[in-house]
Amino acid sequence: MLRAFQRTFFPAAWLGWQVESNWTDPLIFFVFSALKPIASVMILVFMFNAVSRSGTDPALYAYIYLGNALYIYVGAIMAGTSYSILDDRERYRALKYLYIAPISIPVYLLGRAMARFMTGTLAVGITIAAGIVFFKVPIHPMRANWPMFFAALALGVLCLAAMGIILGSITLTLRSEPWFLGESVASALYLFSGAIFPITLLPATLQPIGFLMPMTYWLELMRRALLGSGSASFPTLAAYSNASLFGILAALTLGFGLLAFILHRLFDRIARDKGMIDAQSNF
Amino acid sequence: MKPEFAIHTEHLGRIYKVRGNRREKRQLKERVALRDVNLQVPRGEFFGLLGPNGAGKTSLIKILVTLLAPTTGRALVAGHDVAKYPQSVRPLINMVSGGESSGYGLLTVRENLWLFAQFYGMDYRTTRTRIDELLEIVGLKDRANTKTSDLSTGLRQKMNIVRGFLTDPHVIFLDEPTLGLDVGASRDVRQFIRNWAAAKPERTVLLTTHYMAEADELCDRVAIINAGKVLDCDSPANLKRRLQREAIFHLEVSPLNGVVHGFEHLPGVRKFVHTPGDGKSELELILESDDAIGGVINTLTTHRARILNLQKREPTLEDVFVDLVGMSLAEAEKNG
Ligand SMILES: Nc1ncnc2c1ncn2[C@@H]1O[C@H](COP(=O)(O)OP(=O)(O)OP(=O)(O)O)[C@@H](O)[C@H]1O
Ligand SMILES: [Mg+2]
Repeated sequence: MLRAFQRTFFPAAWLGWQVESNWTDPLIFFVFSALKPIASVMILVFMFNAVSRSGTDPALYAYIYLGNALYIYVGAIMAGTSYSILDDRERYRALKYLYIAPISIPVYLLGRAMARFMTGTLAVGITIAAGIVFFKVPIHPMRANWPMFFAALALGVLCLAAMGIILGSITLTLRSEPWFLGESVASALYLFSGAIFPITLLPATLQPIGFLMPMTYWLELMRRALLGSGSASFPTLAAYSNASLFGILAALTLGFGLLAFILHRLFDRIARDKGMIDAQSNF
Repeated sequence: MKPEFAIHTEHLGRIYKVRGNRREKRQLKERVALRDVNLQVPRGEFFGLLGPNGAGKTSLIKILVTLLAPTTGRALVAGHDVAKYPQSVRPLINMVSGGESSGYGLLTVRENLWLFAQFYGMDYRTTRTRIDELLEIVGLKDRANTKTSDLSTGLRQKMNIVRGFLTDPHVIFLDEPTLGLDVGASRDVRQFIRNWAAAKPERTVLLTTHYMAEADELCDRVAIINAGKVLDCDSPANLKRRLQREAIFHLEVSPLNGVVHGFEHLPGVRKFVHTPGDGKSELELILESDDAIGGVINTLTTHRARILNLQKREPTLEDVFVDLVGMSLAEAEKNG
């Protein structure tokens, strides 16, 4: 069991790191992993500057900035994992050979997710650093609760990887436009995660989606860890203690993990029925 | 107990559902790729699947390697049901498809191979020695540390062949492995595959091809497959022997003057294939006996067709195919 896990997970993570961090061209790699996310938070910075003249709390600025910087992980890990499997199929034409190898595809994807996490960390780190240095975001690394930060990060990464495995399994069965799925889901869930506005601002019928999404609790925990529990935040989850947020996140991670396992089996069967494992989508 | 058959299929069928075009209101249509395929390949056999484009060769391989679910019937590989227990089949098999360039372009040849060896749980030493050995054999040794993206298509295919054999599978599936390779490389690859299979008596090979000569040269037994059906299955020698009583003639004629249509009704003409060419037409005739050639020559001369060349020859697998399908492989490909 463990051996089978290791011989799949580590090579997959290594492969992901090799193909996603193109060190042969560090400049391009840097542009893609850093400048792009920074450009996207700049919009936020300008927006916030415009609004804050009317007297919004600068501590809330840090809260929102962090939410956006950390949300990069969602695109990197969740959407990224579902790209990995399409890349394997269509760009490298290697998926069929992976598929007939004695490995577990979810474990393989977990390895690829780990590589996406590492390249994502680069982007998140640079974005947060840029926030502190250039955009006067009041974050004080010395005051952060690092053990809490890493615990929340680990849970979040696992959960996002599970969601990526689900999306990846689904994309394999789509005949047209599979490339849009990961990105669309990541963008859609952005609105339901409390990254930029409290989910209680959503129409009442849509709010349950936000409360079911692990990102909501994960972002809150990560922000509390970095900013300190007492600092300004959206009121949505203010009543929850750190422990209960951890409890919910852990339960959701477990739930999505199980779901990933079940849905992978289901969509794997559909993909084999339709003959999609080595198909080329019309892109 | 070791299973007697490396590959065993029972009433295997596969239907693809394809979406129709706009005019057909995008309704799902069914395309039959395989129908009622019953094959038994004993362990240690070098088995060939011979058929034109679209015959169903790749579909059959995809089912056997657990990539594709059968629609009807079942298939066992090394004694395990491929649809029910794919995880029991996978450690024992490998596959190489020709005519495509797969692999991670940013990785070197050695890294690509190393990666797959890891997935099969191969240890460091075995991996290293086998990679070196196989790269040497296919002539890629000096490219071991080249990025795959810098290799030509043919060299990438050689790497892919090494990937397939690297794990020392019990059963290897080769889907047109020489497709896209030049003459010399194809010959080397065929030689390598033959040696590999001969080195251990329990190694089983399933090879698909539409090169008659390849099937003839390599395979212990050949199944001739067309439009999803297995038409016949035997050793190349036995298949050809069935035509021993028939007489096979090759003719070059110019001009043909439209005689061809008359041949169907000539007594003693079983099958014929007509290939129009530059300034002359070639005819392959399968006759029930030598005597029938007289009628053919008569018809040609009455139509003032000039015979440039007439030759009697030994039957080939191509003739077996013509006899079974009613047209040449080339014609079948055009129609498929
Ligand atoms: N994914 C698919 N969807 C729909 N039809 C398919 C699909 N794959 C194959 N087919 C059809 O199934 C039939 C058999 O195809 P297959 O690829 O198995 O033939 P083949 O013998 O390998 O041909 P070739 O020599 O060209 O490789 C063909 O009619 C083909 O059009
Ligand atoms: Mg084929």
